[in-house]
Amino acid sequence: MVIECKHVWDYISDYLDGTLSAEERETVQRHLEHCELCSAILDSTRNVIILTADDRVFELPAGFSDRLHARLDEELLNSNSS
Amino acid sequence: MTAPQPNPDETKNEATMIASILAGQTQLFHELIRPHERAVYRMALSYMKNEADAEDVAQEAFLKAFRNLSTFRAEAKFSTWLISITLNEARNRLRRNATMPTDSIDATPEEGGTVTPALLRDWREVPSEALERAEVKQMLQRAVASLPEIYRCVFVLRDMEDLSVNETAEALCISVPSVKVRLHRARLMLQKQLVPELKSVSTTKRRWFSWS
Repeated sequence: MVIECKHVWDYISDYLDGTLSAEERETVQRHLEHCELCSAILDSTRNVIILTADDRVFELPAGFSDRLHARLDEELLNSNSS
Repeated sequence: MTAPQPNPDETKNEATMIASILAGQTQLFHELIRPHERAVYRMALSYMKNEADAEDVAQEAFLKAFRNLSTFRAEAKFSTWLISITLNEARNRLRRNATMPTDSIDATPEEGGTVTPALLRDWREVPSEALERAEVKQMLQRAVASLPEIYRCVFVLRDMEDLSVNETAEALCISVPSVKVRLHRARLMLQKQLVPELKSVSTTKRRWFSWS
């Protein structure tokens, strides 16, 4: 089966997650082998996901944990005394 | 890009800790939440869009979790429950701050149309080292924050917090097929926005491509 580029884009997410059926995967792979456009879209999407998911993008502010646990301590003390 | 399997020991340990906390050993709550601090903060930040408000929302979410711990059902995952509390807290806060525009879940067109990705012929991988640069980090933060809410929360839970499709569906009270469709659209929207920006950074500042 031969598919067009825009149909390949519909499969990108499932392809990256490994949730396509064997047949769909084979079809997409065959298309990717000769299509620079779809290969670049797939690679860049994978790259964007990896970068965005990196812990360094949304770091905890300095002192976050200390402030949180100090506030929790107040609450815990109140709950014990009530 | 596949979610890790839940660790049964971890879940059992959490259940034991929760029982002890409810029985009066409240100090254990500190230990119970430590592994979840980052996830709760990131969820809050993706909504509030500034660090101070996100920290406030995260603190409130943990306090509410403590106050409502007795309502936690053992069959749910503690992390998923915490995320739901955080989401509610962030949404309530945004609703109260009328100055911040919020996208209503109902008003956003549901899964209609298709997202066309940024078209390109070749892609030179941007290495993770690029995240040492503040401008690249901010670029990624802005892109996530600019996603419409229904896509943003799915993306944050699935791709940033590594929740499974089922856990994401549970945390957001939506169906599994909706999670898949929204995740796909979120990923393509991010690709569309970020690829031209990342390319321009990589061609103007070549020092982290010194091997090319």
